[in-house]
Amino acid sequence: MDLSRYFTLADISGIAPEIVLTIAALSVLTVEMMRVSRPGINLMVAAAGLLVAGVFAAQGFKEEILFGGMLRLNKISLFFDFLYLAVAFGTLILSQGYLEKKGGKPRGEYHALILFCVIGMMLMTEANDLVIVFLGLELLSLSLYILVGFLRHDVLSNESGLKYLFLGAFSTGFFLFGAALIYGAAGTTNYNEIASVVASGEILSYLYLSLGIGLLLIGFAFKVALVPFHLWSPDVYQGAPTTVTAFLCTAPKAAGFGALLNIFIVAFPEIQIEWQKLFWILAALTMTIGNISALMQSHVKRMLAFSSVSHAGYLVLGVLVLNSVGLSAVLFYLVVYSAMNLGAFAILLLVEKDGKGLNFKDYRGFATQHPWMAVAMAVFMISLAGFPPTGGFIAKYGLLSSAVAEGYIWLVVIAVLNTLVSAYYYLRLIVNMYMQEEKDISNPVSGVLVLGLIGFLAVIVLILGITPEFLLNITTEAATTAF
Amino acid sequence: MEDIIFNILDYPILTVTTFLPLAGALIILLLRRAVLIRWFALATTITTLIVSLPVYKHFDKATYKMQFVEIYPWIPAWNIHYKVGVDGISVLFIFLVTILSILCVTVSWKVIQTKTKEFFISLLILETAMIGVFVSLNVFHFYLFWELTLIPMFLLIGAWGGSNRIYAAVKFVLFMLAGSVLMLVGIIVLYYAGGKTFDILELSRISYPEELQFWLFLAFFAAFAVKMPMFPIHTWLPDAHTEAPTAGSVILAGVLLKMGAYGFLRFSFPMFPHAVKVLFIPMLVLSVTAIIYGGYVTLMQTDMKRLIAYSSVSHMGFVTLGLFTLNQTGIEGGILQMINHGVITGALFLCIGMIYERTHTRMIEDYGGLSKTVPLFIVFFTVFTLAAIGLPGMNAFVGEFLIISGAFKANMIIAAFSIFGVVLGVTYMVWLYYRVALNEINSNTKSSLFDLDSREIATLVPLVMLVFLIGVQPEIVLSYMHASVEHLVEQIHTAVPLDPNRIYNSVNLFVEYVKELLWWG
Repeated sequence: MDLSRYFTLADISGIAPEIVLTIAALSVLTVEMMRVSRPGINLMVAAAGLLVAGVFAAQGFKEEILFGGMLRLNKISLFFDFLYLAVAFGTLILSQGYLEKKGGKPRGEYHALILFCVIGMMLMTEANDLVIVFLGLELLSLSLYILVGFLRHDVLSNESGLKYLFLGAFSTGFFLFGAALIYGAAGTTNYNEIASVVASGEILSYLYLSLGIGLLLIGFAFKVALVPFHLWSPDVYQGAPTTVTAFLCTAPKAAGFGALLNIFIVAFPEIQIEWQKLFWILAALTMTIGNISALMQSHVKRMLAFSSVSHAGYLVLGVLVLNSVGLSAVLFYLVVYSAMNLGAFAILLLVEKDGKGLNFKDYRGFATQHPWMAVAMAVFMISLAGFPPTGGFIAKYGLLSSAVAEGYIWLVVIAVLNTLVSAYYYLRLIVNMYMQEEKDISNPVSGVLVLGLIGFLAVIVLILGITPEFLLNITTEAATTAF
Repeated sequence: MEDIIFNILDYPILTVTTFLPLAGALIILLLRRAVLIRWFALATTITTLIVSLPVYKHFDKATYKMQFVEIYPWIPAWNIHYKVGVDGISVLFIFLVTILSILCVTVSWKVIQTKTKEFFISLLILETAMIGVFVSLNVFHFYLFWELTLIPMFLLIGAWGGSNRIYAAVKFVLFMLAGSVLMLVGIIVLYYAGGKTFDILELSRISYPEELQFWLFLAFFAAFAVKMPMFPIHTWLPDAHTEAPTAGSVILAGVLLKMGAYGFLRFSFPMFPHAVKVLFIPMLVLSVTAIIYGGYVTLMQTDMKRLIAYSSVSHMGFVTLGLFTLNQTGIEGGILQMINHGVITGALFLCIGMIYERTHTRMIEDYGGLSKTVPLFIVFFTVFTLAAIGLPGMNAFVGEFLIISGAFKANMIIAAFSIFGVVLGVTYMVWLYYRVALNEINSNTKSSLFDLDSREIATLVPLVMLVFLIGVQPEIVLSYMHASVEHLVEQIHTAVPLDPNRIYNSVNLFVEYVKELLWWG
């Protein structure tokens, strides 16, 4: 049989990272099956898989289109690949000992599922075809449904798993229907072909096309939690194991935005202009409602959930602008956003114990008992609020600046007023840590690796605030190749 | 590039001065014993002052140009350079910051017993941020330093303050942030309007369209007016000043309030001269309102710290009055008065902090007859009270005199009203003095009072010296600013002459611009 009709060696080497990850995930499952019950061995295999995948991604990188136009590798997809790998690596470190602490067994499936998530996300941002996006999205979502409900004996975890499954499946339906309508209108699901059909005016039905894009957008809006499709996020974030929450609110959100940007940059560059009003409204609504809802939370995880909704709102600014400056700002923002959220959740999961330690009140006197961790938490909060000299400020500045350049002054004013609102609830944690009277809080379980990761992330957030040049060069270079 | 003079010294003096406290803070992070931390903080602040002294020696008073300028590339992707320098307007504030920081360390020596490390780290970071604001010649890191002052101050108020500290701290941050985020939008717009540069000097050379100037002025005004604070948005000030620990109050009154006024001088006047000329009457009216309203509210206070805090509203009204006269006398008076206010109000807060340490009450009714119980303290308190009133021979007299004579040149009616403020100032200070220092000895606090020790005297003496030095020989300070202020006034008045065929009524103009914005926005 002559396989070269279907794919070439270049295709295979292009998806080498995905292949490596698949092998790693399967080995994790095999190790689990063989009952080699050395603690941490699953973790090691999974982590090794991530590292090797990273090496393959970096080594074999070429800008090319693979599988007859199904996948497109470029600097942006490479950038996203590394983001996913890094976040997954961080999540694995955080997971060490966490499930045991929550009364579950350490199971290999957990690590394997995280690897599968990474494969799904990679496919989403490498896709050059709506079908591949769908494939990646499903792989990601299915793995996440299980991860969210991973604590089988925890009611909240079960609830959030089920909720996420139902709403996720619903949104996937929207996405698929949208893709079908677009196929009906354009006669193809390939991005480039869609673009050329639209450009040449050979669209069969503009109504179907618009409907299709609208439904596609709804699907994405669900995934990245844009208002008014965000209501699943606080419940799911709260119920999921904290490690999974940390993962869920960083990498998949990045993947969602990456895929969305790809579609609009490659397939609908002209149509995006007609949709700008909608993005404008989405951005304003998401920021404002996310922030106002976050104000009222007393549970830190829920607060971070709503805050991540509002951050998605800021990111929509980048989709609205859709030029290389905006794209570069989005990439930068995603990195900083992932770092600070991972860090905040890492501290959260160290403090939480027996379902306690997740309210604002539980952090009273934290600064006296754990001064270093309190400093790290303060750095993450300040960065989330967008104060200089942290990465959060530079990231926000980049987005706002790109929006002002395109003349969206009022939206930027709304955005900065939102940062004012958000400062209140982020500072609330600092108030509790530094200014409230002392209270005995549960002693955090501290692994060296987790503490190291927290310190590393705090330093990263600060360094990106002081000398962002290094990362800015990378994002700018990646962004300019996209247009 | 012709209006800068590069650093002539063989080391980057401004950078060192700015970041020395930060370096000290980082080292303190590693220290453990409280005594060591205190001494190290003191050493750091004193070294910072000493390091900065050559600036005043080598400063060329004959030129308005930026001096000791250092430029390094920082974020080339966004055309951002690290650029620092001082001119006659900013150079004096560095002195104010460095000297007040030392006093803040000494006054906190005994009071701060919990979280000592965090306290001094916050204080030192704050010092870096404040110096950074005054030396920045790049809007981007100006904003960075500007915002960097918030979090340490927030912690100072919230963690070591009085009983209502958290409310005051959060209110402080939210007010500040409300102003500065609008300034951020202004800065970004300015960046694009000025040809994608953040360089303050380059941005000052460009003349912007009238309407843009108007909006940018308002955006920056939001930040500066909150910081000052100007009349309707001053309500954070009494809370923050009252609840803050002594060092926090001193820094707030001494330096942070000045940052707003400095912003007007560095940004609004040179960059938006048209808007300034259109809006200066409303600004003068706001200033006089602050002077008189602030004075009346001050009269009614029963809490000493709150009283001094409200008096700041009135005094800062004088400062804005001076600045918006837009003539040399008024502006010089305004700058001088900023320094004076920093010295006097800082000193008054130190005094109150010292007796509060002993008695743990700030209520005026708990005191009386201090001149008999703590005579040494009253010597200092008398000096600063008289200075605050504006007695000739002391520093505030010179400042107020210049401001009011500038105001008479600018607008007779407004100047006449401002005289009321002086009278009110005398009234509330003398009344305070009468109730606290004279009167009968109050038995509530008599037992806990004891006189100043040498550390406290050492804290107050430098400020007494400044009061008399500036009062008797104001030219020492004024000589630094003549050239710069002259240049600034020239910039305002030569930049864009107002259209003589148009009536510039600021209210009508505002309505017109808003309409335009709504139609096309």
